Amino acid sequence: MPPLPVLMGQLLLGLINGAFYAVLSLGLALIFGLLNIVNFAHGALYMMGAFVAWLLLTTLGIGYWPALVITPIVIGLFGMAVERTMLRRLAALDPLYGLLLTFGLALVIEGLFRQRYGVSGQPYPVPSALQGGVNLGYMFLPIYRGFVVVASLVICLATWLAIEKTKLGALLRAATENPPLVRAFGVNVPLMITATYGFGAALAGFAGVLAAPVYSVNPLMGSNIIIVVFAVVVIGGMGSIIGSVLTGFGLGLVEGLTKVFYPEASSTVIFVIMAIVLLIKPAGLFGKAS
Amino acid sequence: MKSRLAFALLVLAVALIAPFGIYPIFLMKALCFALFAVSFNLLLGYAGLLSFGHAAFFGMASYVTGHAMTQWGATPEIAILAGVAVAALMGAGFGYIAIRRQGIYFAMVTLALAQMVYFFCLQAPFTHGEDGIQAIPRGSLFGLVSLDDPRRLYYFVLAVFAIGCWIVWRAVHSPFGQVLRAIRENEPRAISLGYRTRQYKLVAFMLSAALAGLAGGTKALVFQLASLTDVHWHTSGEVVLMTLLGGMGTVLGPIAGAFVVVFIENKFADAGDWVTILQGAIFVIVVLLFRKGLVGEAVDWWQRRKAAAAG
Repeated sequence: MPPLPVLMGQLLLGLINGAFYAVLSLGLALIFGLLNIVNFAHGALYMMGAFVAWLLLTTLGIGYWPALVITPIVIGLFGMAVERTMLRRLAALDPLYGLLLTFGLALVIEGLFRQRYGVSGQPYPVPSALQGGVNLGYMFLPIYRGFVVVASLVICLATWLAIEKTKLGALLRAATENPPLVRAFGVNVPLMITATYGFGAALAGFAGVLAAPVYSVNPLMGSNIIIVVFAVVVIGGMGSIIGSVLTGFGLGLVEGLTKVFYPEASSTVIFVIMAIVLLIKPAGLFGKAS
Repeated sequence: MKSRLAFALLVLAVALIAPFGIYPIFLMKALCFALFAVSFNLLLGYAGLLSFGHAAFFGMASYVTGHAMTQWGATPEIAILAGVAVAALMGAGFGYIAIRRQGIYFAMVTLALAQMVYFFCLQAPFTHGEDGIQAIPRGSLFGLVSLDDPRRLYYFVLAVFAIGCWIVWRAVHSPFGQVLRAIRENEPRAISLGYRTRQYKLVAFMLSAALAGLAGGTKALVFQLASLTDVHWHTSGEVVLMTLLGGMGTVLGPIAGAFVVVFIENKFADAGDWVTILQGAIFVIVVLLFRKGLVGEAVDWWQRRKAAAAG
């Protein structure tokens, strides 16, 4: 048995990874629900979020808290432009084309950032209000890391409430089930699709800002995480919001535990779990059988 | 029919004299990736299965061939066959898992499984991690014919490529291939006609993985190197690009696409990240503007012209 602080430290790290998995897979699930495409560019949007925050700080001197608001808006607008100019043209086609297009976009975005900023990573300071940590007796908790977990839980919960409990959310769920019918009721579904893609992109941007002080700001951070998030999505099934959030956090914890007990497998454990889940329950833990 | 035979003879003649005019390494690289793309297209173009993890088979076979040549002193044909066998076994395992999901999920599952292989190769001792397996000897075919001469190696690669393409061609133009197309068009109907579609998909997946392994093993001999690049998701993306650009579901499309992509890579080898950016841009342009790919659009244009001339 490893010492308790080591175990708790890795669990916390796992929880933070899980927070990013949760926010990213939530955005993927929302976009998939309405647009029926898997957004391969999601990792690139996340990486862009971190870079926008970093650029705001280094060029305009705009700090963390304004960046936490501005960045998701910027990334959301960018996402809406992508949906309007490109993804919309693929609406009637096989969903695989959406995957291929967003894969190409991810290559372009990642390549451009790599070309401009290299792969070494840029440091982003922890905001002054969240520096330091608390000694909980059994472990040392850096305040910022606790904040990341709480902030992503709050954003996931807010998204869930907005979709399950508001009028707009009800329309969104209806449009996911049957777009032509909702259109017949006079709802502007194309606008809703644009807004949904924008919101999903904004979530990715938000996660990027949260991640900036934890990991360094790096052009490769998006592609590193997106494949894991895909596995998370396959494990959870994209049917339910609560499901994707729970799966995200849960798998982050499992990854953290693996780092303690069998570090060699920590980078592959999620993929192994995915294979096992597919063998036992192909629709995913929270998915409906199709 | 006559024009087809003439075309085939022309291609054969060009292929045979090509190494006297063009740098053989470039040709061999293009042929290896063309075979890789042909194997991938067997799945995407005929069975409608988009695998985003084919680099796992290509790269792992490359490692196995390299290992067999350097550590066991195997002859090239044995080393390549070992790579093919491993790729086929992996294909059986991956296929068994991945065909439980369709469409977009299939793509995500294969991508995730391939990433698992990538991390395995990063840590396993026999791959030599970041260094890869270097200075792989080319050996002597059947222990008799040395492959060190680039032109001789070229003809060997050409033969491997031809065998691989012939296997795919036979598979596609057989009752088996017809069933695959039926599954692509309408799987429920194929099931109701009594076909065990899962078994067909699994066999197609294994065959495709084995041929991707054939391409990967041959590539290890050509470059005398097996490295992490070969198992990286980027390579999986490249083979998708080749097939999409050339035209999925056509016999010549993936080959043409592979030559174009490899040409671009060689031409802009010094431009670093711009190659990736250009590849991404090609993805976007092809998906938005000509989804049938170069060969698909050319065939369309040809048929329209013929129809116009006849009418």
